[in-house]
Amino acid sequence: MSSSVAVVGFYEPWWIQIIKALVIFAAAFAILPILTVYERKLLGRFQNRYGPNRVGPFGLMQPLAEIVKFATKEPFRPTTSIGYMFRIAPMIAILTAVAALALVPFGDVQHIFGQRVGLYGIDVSIGPLYVFAFAGISFYGIMLGGWSSGSKYSFLGAMRGAAQLISYEVSQGLALVGVVITAGTLSLTGIVHAQRGMWYLIPQFAGFVIFLVASFAETNRAPFDLVEADAELVGGYFTEYGGTPFIAFMFAEYMNMIVVAGIATTMFLGGWLLPFGIHPPGWVDPFVVVAKMMIFITFFIWVRATLPRLRYDQLMSFGWKALLPLATLNLLVTAILVVS
Amino acid sequence: MSPYDPGEDVIAVQRAPTSGAVRGTYRAFGETLRGLKTTFARIVEGTTTIQYPEEKTPVYPRFRGRHKLHRFEDTGLEKCVGCSLCAAACPADCIRVVAAENTPEHRISAGERYAAVYEINLSRCIFCGYCEVACPFDAITMGHDYEMSDYSRSDLIFTKEMLLAEPIERTPLRNEGE
Repeated sequence: MSSSVAVVGFYEPWWIQIIKALVIFAAAFAILPILTVYERKLLGRFQNRYGPNRVGPFGLMQPLAEIVKFATKEPFRPTTSIGYMFRIAPMIAILTAVAALALVPFGDVQHIFGQRVGLYGIDVSIGPLYVFAFAGISFYGIMLGGWSSGSKYSFLGAMRGAAQLISYEVSQGLALVGVVITAGTLSLTGIVHAQRGMWYLIPQFAGFVIFLVASFAETNRAPFDLVEADAELVGGYFTEYGGTPFIAFMFAEYMNMIVVAGIATTMFLGGWLLPFGIHPPGWVDPFVVVAKMMIFITFFIWVRATLPRLRYDQLMSFGWKALLPLATLNLLVTAILVVS
Repeated sequence: MSPYDPGEDVIAVQRAPTSGAVRGTYRAFGETLRGLKTTFARIVEGTTTIQYPEEKTPVYPRFRGRHKLHRFEDTGLEKCVGCSLCAAACPADCIRVVAAENTPEHRISAGERYAAVYEINLSRCIFCGYCEVACPFDAITMGHDYEMSDYSRSDLIFTKEMLLAEPIERTPLRNEGE
């Protein structure tokens, strides 16, 4: 670890790397449609109704019907749009979302068929930085999508998105620095291992709350969904998108939610660790992580069902005047406690 | 007590959290938790949806649905005598009656005449029930059926045979006192 280059922890030969990438990719894209149906059903319950329950058993085929519907739509773009950017934007959005998912550890290093396989995409020594890097690039998806559409609504949505993502990324990052200081490592697997004694949820509770609030803004979800703001911007940056590019944006959004849930699980809920010294066999780890992620996603949906959208000045004043000072304070206190 | 003192008539209005920095955040946090509690109570409450095609809301006995024409139960003769009072009472002008004379060998109704043609255009009917009120023999009444959508307008002109036939019981009826 003496070099200044980011160290990537490889245990596996290259072909296992490829298999892992495919498995994680496939699993994520299998979970995404279920997630959309889960969100809608849960939102329904929050409003005394059932939600989708007509297509297939319990309405589970709903996303399939929707994908078929979207995929068979005629592709179109406004005459004012910039063609190649208009097409690239959704790709950037989904690519960065998937790339960030590579970092979420779903389990410890396992021995499968005599090989040592880490149940995660990659284990880099710059953990959270990698995530924020891709979050930073994913904002180009929104920005290019909105700008190249050549529409005022899209443009306004993209502008809001830019300001919002930049403002809240700072607080989100600072909230994670507290964890990093406590753990003494930037590797996400290392952070999970450091939580053997106690999950960082308890010593870093303030950081957890700040991270959670900032995550709502980072994933453009209610009450910070000003980027979309259906009522005023008719959908924000993807107003002009239809068909499969629209699905790409939608999936990227849900994927971001999964990534944020995964990071929160890793950083604050002890990843694949279980409390009270329970040590299940290694193959249980991914299920533990997914279950913990589902807790976060459920909370995201719960909040969406509860809170109205913030006004734009409220969003900014909250981000800069409340969240950022709190995050800085949390970081300072943590640093002082760790050093002393 | 001064005349300007509102006394006990004061209503406490719940104010939204101010958008100030720290105190506003603190208040917003508390209000958020209150909101989360409110929405969670909705899950506990359960759904109130009626799954329509499978479940139906029962209608009241006096619900005014699709019309029915009646026969005498003992003789099997039609009650309608073709007086056209229902057509006259109809504000939507959707009933058409053409009367004809009963003959001893061809007896259809109990009276002197019968309705040779009795048509109700249900695409015009406003289900006001005036026909039922106007009828001197209780020959036409409003039934309980309300599922009458169809693919063409001509299918919505109900003839005498269709109105006389027992309707398929598709509508649950509310019991007395329910």
